[in-house]
Amino acid sequence: MTPYLRIDHVDKSFIRGATETKVLRDVSLSVEKGQFVCIIGHSGCGKTTLLNIVAGLTTVSLGGVLLEGREVNEPGPDRAVVFQNHSLLPWLTVYENVRLAVDKVHAGKKSRAERHAWTLHNLDLVQMSHAKDKRPAEISGGMKQRVGLARALAMEPKVLLLDEPFGALDALTRAHLQDSVMALHQKLGNTVLMITHDVDEAVLLSDRIAMMTNGPAAQVGEILDVPLVRPRKRLELAANAIYLKCRQRVLEFLYERHRFVEAA
Amino acid sequence: MNMPAVKPQPATAVTPAIAKVLRLEPRRPKFSLARISTVAHDIASRVVPPVVVIALVLLVWELLCRKQGATLPPPSRVISDTWVLITDPFFDNGGLDKGLFWHLIASLQRVAKGYALACIAGVALGTLIGQSTWAMRGLDPIFQVLRTVPPLAWLPLSLAAFRDGQPSAIFVIFITSIWPIIINTAVGIRNIPQDYRNVAAVLRLNPLEFFWKIMIPSAAPYIFTGLRIGIGLSWLAIVAAEMLIGGVGIGFFIWDAWNSSHISEIMLALIYVGLVGFVLDRIVAGIAHVVTHGTAAS
Repeated sequence: MTPYLRIDHVDKSFIRGATETKVLRDVSLSVEKGQFVCIIGHSGCGKTTLLNIVAGLTTVSLGGVLLEGREVNEPGPDRAVVFQNHSLLPWLTVYENVRLAVDKVHAGKKSRAERHAWTLHNLDLVQMSHAKDKRPAEISGGMKQRVGLARALAMEPKVLLLDEPFGALDALTRAHLQDSVMALHQKLGNTVLMITHDVDEAVLLSDRIAMMTNGPAAQVGEILDVPLVRPRKRLELAANAIYLKCRQRVLEFLYERHRFVEAA
Repeated sequence: MNMPAVKPQPATAVTPAIAKVLRLEPRRPKFSLARISTVAHDIASRVVPPVVVIALVLLVWELLCRKQGATLPPPSRVISDTWVLITDPFFDNGGLDKGLFWHLIASLQRVAKGYALACIAGVALGTLIGQSTWAMRGLDPIFQVLRTVPPLAWLPLSLAAFRDGQPSAIFVIFITSIWPIIINTAVGIRNIPQDYRNVAAVLRLNPLEFFWKIMIPSAAPYIFTGLRIGIGLSWLAIVAAEMLIGGVGIGFFIWDAWNSSHISEIMLALIYVGLVGFVLDRIVAGIAHVVTHGTAAS
């Protein structure tokens, strides 16, 4: 059976003048429908480049990305991205930011009233209805990411791409949002590809973890299955043997076999 | 988020203590009186310095020009000479013998036409240069040279082309105010964060949607900086242009007063020119503030 999303032998080099920097070498990864897959690696290893390739924002040098058996090489709403720094448009309100996406993606398929309702529904999913008339500058970092998530979910993407969405948040807010993302994944059954550098986050959220070696010419070094049952509870997992073993495996990979050599 | 479920408990426990303190009735008027005095103090601290400085300037001017053999009239003479013009700006005796209001309106109309054209063409060209590297490389050298040409140097050329004063004056306004609009718009477009471009790409916005929904709002603070410089320059240029082309207008009024040796009238006209220029600048700044939700400098 062909996988839902397949990153197939992808190479990526950046060429500036005469120097060629190989960022990714022969990266392959498959994601099944409804699966939650995390890509973890040290900073600078090309995680974001890989996600941008899947999103279509960056072109591959070799290889390709297949979604439902069809090659994708340009951006589109079927692969909605939640960006690291929220990327909400500051001149629009929370509602208008989501509505812009809804209007564009569902034009012709939904009536005006349906699009309004769909916008509110998605803001509801991330518990942001109360701030719908605020501008991004007036809400906290965590709330911005919730709105970014609502905007992405509202596009009804085939794959939801999360680019270190919680990287810039404090630990408590991050935990809140991780719980929200887990609950949404449980409820909606999205296929999710997420970039992270947080080991606990990766183990908590993922069905599978793709661990990347250090760049240049980074590769997927190891893929780890996380056989924890869902729904997962943060507190119960703290003493769970499978959780601890998975965590141990990722830590070993990142800090023993592929230590970060350069200063971060 | 679970916060609301937990919060009411401590809130109800604390409120009575606060309410008791706040119930002291006599405190309120005293407090508001203090606030009135702070506001009054605040206003006074803004109003008093300019009033004092203006009074001092007028005093020095009066003393300098009162002496025998002074070439310029003192402020008291300016006011007495131009009292008719000050008190009745709306008279119209036909021809060029009109009140200052009509002269200012005629100038403002020319500025409005030339400036409006410059806004449209400037934003369009600025967008082109900001968006296309090829257009930038091609057009930028031409613009960099042309923008240094003084406004009045265009006047003979435009008179030759249009063979009429009115369109020539409007063209001079246009060509003077367009450069800062083009350059600032281009910078604004070039500075659109990659994030917004990515959002537009994921949403597959078409070029027109991208222009209206991303480019213009994102570059608005820059565009309005250009528009503000532009309106200032067009007001500078109109006075000079009208001095040469004649007809009704504040520039020609000044020239006419000079030819009739009415120095007081020139001084009055200069004050009006300055005030109108100031108001124009504040209007554009005000529009910028509203349109950009306060992100543009004002």
